[in-house]
Amino acid sequence: MSVLLIAEHNNKELRPFTLNAVTAASQIDGDVHAVVIGQNCDEAAKSLSELPLIKKVIQVDAPHYQNFVAENFAPVIVKLAENYSHVVCSANTFGKNLMPRIAAALDTSQISDIIKVISPDTFLRPIYAGNAFATVKSNDTKKCVTIRPTSFDPCESLGGSAAIEKAEPGEEFGHTKFIKREEIKSDRPELGTARVVISGGRGMQNGDNFKLITSIADKLNAAIGASRAAVDAGYISNDHQVGQTGKVVVPDLYIAVGISGAIQHLAGMKESKVIVAINKDGEAPIFSVADYGLEADLFEALPQFLEELNKLNTIQK
Amino acid sequence: MKILVAVKRVIDYNVQVRVKEDNTGVVTDNVKMSTNPPDDNAIEEAVKIKEAGKATEVIAVSIGEEKSQETVRKALAVGADRGILVKAEGIIEPLAVSKLLQKIVEKEKPDLVFMGKQAIDDDCNQTGQMLSALLNWPQATFASKIEIKDKKLEVTREIDEGLETIEINIPAIVTCDLRLNEPRYASLPNIMKAKKKPIEQLNASDLGVDTSPRIEQIKVEEPPKRKAGIKVSSVAELVQKLKNEAKVI
Ligand SMILES: Cc1cc2nc3c(=O)[nH]c(=O)nc-3n(C[C@H](O)[C@H](O)[C@H](O)COP(=O)(O)OP(=O)(O)OC[C@H]3O[C@@H](n4cnc5c(N)ncnc54)[C@H](O)[C@@H]3O)c2cc1C
Ligand SMILES: Cc1cc2nc3c(=O)[nH]c(=O)nc-3n(C[C@H](O)[C@H](O)[C@H](O)COP(=O)(O)OP(=O)(O)OC[C@H]3O[C@@H](n4cnc5c(N)ncnc54)[C@H](O)[C@@H]3O)c2cc1C
Repeated sequence: MSVLLIAEHNNKELRPFTLNAVTAASQIDGDVHAVVIGQNCDEAAKSLSELPLIKKVIQVDAPHYQNFVAENFAPVIVKLAENYSHVVCSANTFGKNLMPRIAAALDTSQISDIIKVISPDTFLRPIYAGNAFATVKSNDTKKCVTIRPTSFDPCESLGGSAAIEKAEPGEEFGHTKFIKREEIKSDRPELGTARVVISGGRGMQNGDNFKLITSIADKLNAAIGASRAAVDAGYISNDHQVGQTGKVVVPDLYIAVGISGAIQHLAGMKESKVIVAINKDGEAPIFSVADYGLEADLFEALPQFLEELNKLNTIQK
Repeated sequence: MKILVAVKRVIDYNVQVRVKEDNTGVVTDNVKMSTNPPDDNAIEEAVKIKEAGKATEVIAVSIGEEKSQETVRKALAVGADRGILVKAEGIIEPLAVSKLLQKIVEKEKPDLVFMGKQAIDDDCNQTGQMLSALLNWPQATFASKIEIKDKKLEVTREIDEGLETIEINIPAIVTCDLRLNEPRYASLPNIMKAKKKPIEQLNASDLGVDTSPRIEQIKVEEPPKRKAGIKVSSVAELVQKLKNEAKVI
C-alpha cells in the first residue's frame, strides 16, 4: 500500500499547499510518492524530492501539461494509480477540478475536503458549510481523497533526497484549449497561509474604502479577504473571497470588518485562532464567533485602529 | 442546440442545519428545501442562451426522491422546456449521480450540460467533473462567464489565483459559479404554465446503474463550539487585548 500525491506547482515552484497535502498523505501511509506533471518542471520536481516525507518522485513532462488542464492530467494519473492504494491532492481549485475526473475513471467514490485522517480508509470531513462533521469510511479498493490544506501543517521542506523517475506523458486531449490566466499578483502573504487576515464586507460600501483595510493590512503584514457580497458588488476581486464557496482560512488572527457573519462566510473562517469583529450592528451574527467584538462604525474604528497600531513599539510579522 | 441542466434539491441555504441526536445525519424533517443555489445560475444561463436564439431546448433533470419534482418544476417555471426526474431513494453519491446523468445524456444527446459548481449540502464539488470524465467531454468548472462561439465555448473560470479563460469544444460540461448571472424569479403566470410542462419520471434502477453507496457514513457530529468571546468598548482596548492577552499582534 502506498499513496500517490499530486503536486501542485507552477512548473518552477511548488504551491505552498502541496506541503500540507504531503503531511495528510503521510498520515494515511508512510510510503508517499509524488507525481509532478508540467512543462519543464525540473525545478518543481527537485523541490519535491527534497521533502523528507517523499520516498519517490515521478515526473511527467510535456508541452501540453504547461497549463494544468485536468483533461490532460487525469489519464496520466489514472495509469499511475494502478500501483497505489490512495491518490491524494489539495482541495483547492486545482484539485477540485482534477480529482473527480480521476475518481470517475477509477470507478471510485471520491472523499472531498477531509480535515482529519482517522485511519487509511476513514476520514473526517465538514458538510453543510461546516455545520456538521461527518466521519466517513470508503469501501472502494482505491481511494481518491482531497484534503483541506489549512487542516494539516506543512511538511518539512528540506533534507530529503528522493529519486526522481521520469514517466511517459499521455496524449493531449484536443477539446480543451487554455487561453489565459489573470493572476492577481501582490506582495502580501497569500490568503490561504497568512498569519493575519483582515476582511471587508458589504459594510465597506465601495472598493475605494478598502484602502482603510489595506493600510492596516500593510501594518500587520496581513492578507486581505472579503465576503461574497463585497466581491459580487465589485469592491474587490474573486480571489479574495472567504467562505463556503470561496477560500477557507485559518489564521492566528482574523479581523472581520462590516461583515454580518452569514453561515457561508463563517464556513471559511470560524476555525481561526482569534477572531475580531467590527460591526455597527450589535446583533450581527459575526459577534457569536468573535473573541473580541467591537460595536462601532467602521469608518471611525479603522482609522483609530491604524493610529493605535502606529503607537505600538513592535508588531509581530 | 440542446442544453441539459442538473438541478439538485437541498436544504435551503438559510436554514440553520442541525445534527440529529443519534448522530446518523442532519435533521431534514420539516426543513425548508430549495434548489441548490448555483443550479439556479445554471438554469438561468441555459434559458438566457435559448432566449438569445442559440439553443432550441432546455431540459432540467434531477435525481432524488419524489419531492425533487418540485425542484424540476421550479426550473420549468423559470424557462426550462421539460423535465426529467430520476427517482432514487437514500444517499446517492456523486459517482452514482454522474453515472445516471451519463445515461440521460446518452438518451437525450444534449450539446451542453450545465450544473452547479458544488452542492451546498454535501459540498463534494465532484459531479460535473465525474460526468465529463465518463463522457470523455471537456469540462469548464467554476464558470463565471460563458460565451458561445460557433461550436465552441469560451469560459472564464474562477480559480484560487484569480481568473482563467479556456476554450472548449461542444459537447461539453460547464459547472456554474454564483457570479455567472442573476437568476430570475418565477412569475405567477409562468409558475402556472410550468404545471403543464411535461416531467418524465424514471427509476434509477431502470437505467441499469448501481447506486449503492461506496462510502459508509459512520457518524455525523456537531463541530466543536467556539468559546464565547467578549465585547470591547473601544479601539484602544481592542488593540491592547490583541497585544497583551491574545498576543497575536
Ligand atoms: C450558496 C451560497 C454560497 C455562499 N458563499 C459565500 C462565501 O463563500 N462567502 C461569503 O462571504 N458569503 C457567501 N454567501 C453569501 C452569504 O450568504 C452572505 O450574503 C454574505 O456573506 C454577506 O456578506 P456581508 O456580510 O459582507 O454583507 P451583509 O450581510 O450585508 O452585512 C454587512 C454588514 O456590515 C455592517 N455594516 C454596514 N455598515 C457598517 C459600518 N459603517 N460600520 C460597521 N459595520 C457596518 C452591517 O451591520 C452588516 O452586518 C453565499 C451564499 C449562498 C447562497
Ligand atoms: C453520509 C451522507 C449522507 C447524505 N445524506 C443525504 C440526504 O439525506 N439527502 C440528500 O439529498 N443528500 C444526502 N447526501 C448527499 C448525496 O449522497 C450525494 O453526496 C450528493 O447527491 C452529491 O454530492 P454533491 O451534491 O455534494 O455533489 P456536487 O458534486 O457538489 O454537486 C454539483 C452539481 O451536481 C449536480 N447534482 C448533484 N447531485 C444531483 C442530483 N441528485 N440531481 C441533479 N443534479 C445533481 C448539481 O447540478 C450540483 O450543483 C449525503 C451524503 C453523505 C456522504
